[in-house]
Amino acid sequence: MAIEVRIPTILRNYTDGAKAVNATGATLEELIGDLEARHPGLRDRLVDAAGLRRFVNVYLNDEDVRFLGGLGTPVSDGDTVTVLPAVAGGAR
Amino acid sequence: MLTISRELVDKVVAHARADHPDEACGVIAGPVGSDRPERFVQMENAERSPTFYRFDSLEQLRVWREMDDRDEVPVVIYHSHTATEAYPSRTDISYASEPDAHYVLVSTAFDEPQFRSFRILDGVVTEEEVKIVEVYG
Repeated sequence: MAIEVRIPTILRNYTDGAKAVNATGATLEELIGDLEARHPGLRDRLVDAAGLRRFVNVYLNDEDVRFLGGLGTPVSDGDTVTVLPAVAGGAR
Repeated sequence: MLTISRELVDKVVAHARADHPDEACGVIAGPVGSDRPERFVQMENAERSPTFYRFDSLEQLRVWREMDDRDEVPVVIYHSHTATEAYPSRTDISYASEPDAHYVLVSTAFDEPQFRSFRILDGVVTEEEVKIVEVYG
């Protein structure tokens, strides 16, 4: 068993076009570390020095991890993690 | 070029007018590979701001999953500018994240609404023609 990570179109160049990949870890941070080992470059698109990037949404199952525990959120086998770039902009 | 039905254009403009002076936003979904906008999905602007918009994250997850289940993609991603022209701003360009989408900008700043469409890829904006049709051929 592993954790399924769903990858948005714009990041599939890191996953050879795959819409979903598997990774392991006990927390979201470990999971992203494992993702980076399998798909180098992906971590930088998800996190920066301050934590999760502001305009990337990461969900554990049906919840936004910002409302759970951010990078420290525990994850376990059978969970699904979904990454979606935020849709945002403005007049300036 | 964006080909879009008059009915959908009217819905986008009506949403922009209803939320004025805040920015309105949403998507028009269509079948994968069709490039044809069909299903109008009005979204919450989580920022409720006259100068910024952001899809509510949980609503976005729900809508994106629904599109996945229906083999749809966001053919159009629209939002309004309420005091400036319908052209992508620096923030619009830096956050654009759907390389295959038509980014529609509506402006409610003038007497007549502006309705324009753009491709935004790797920070480069290209305006495209909008062809409004009564029905899809």
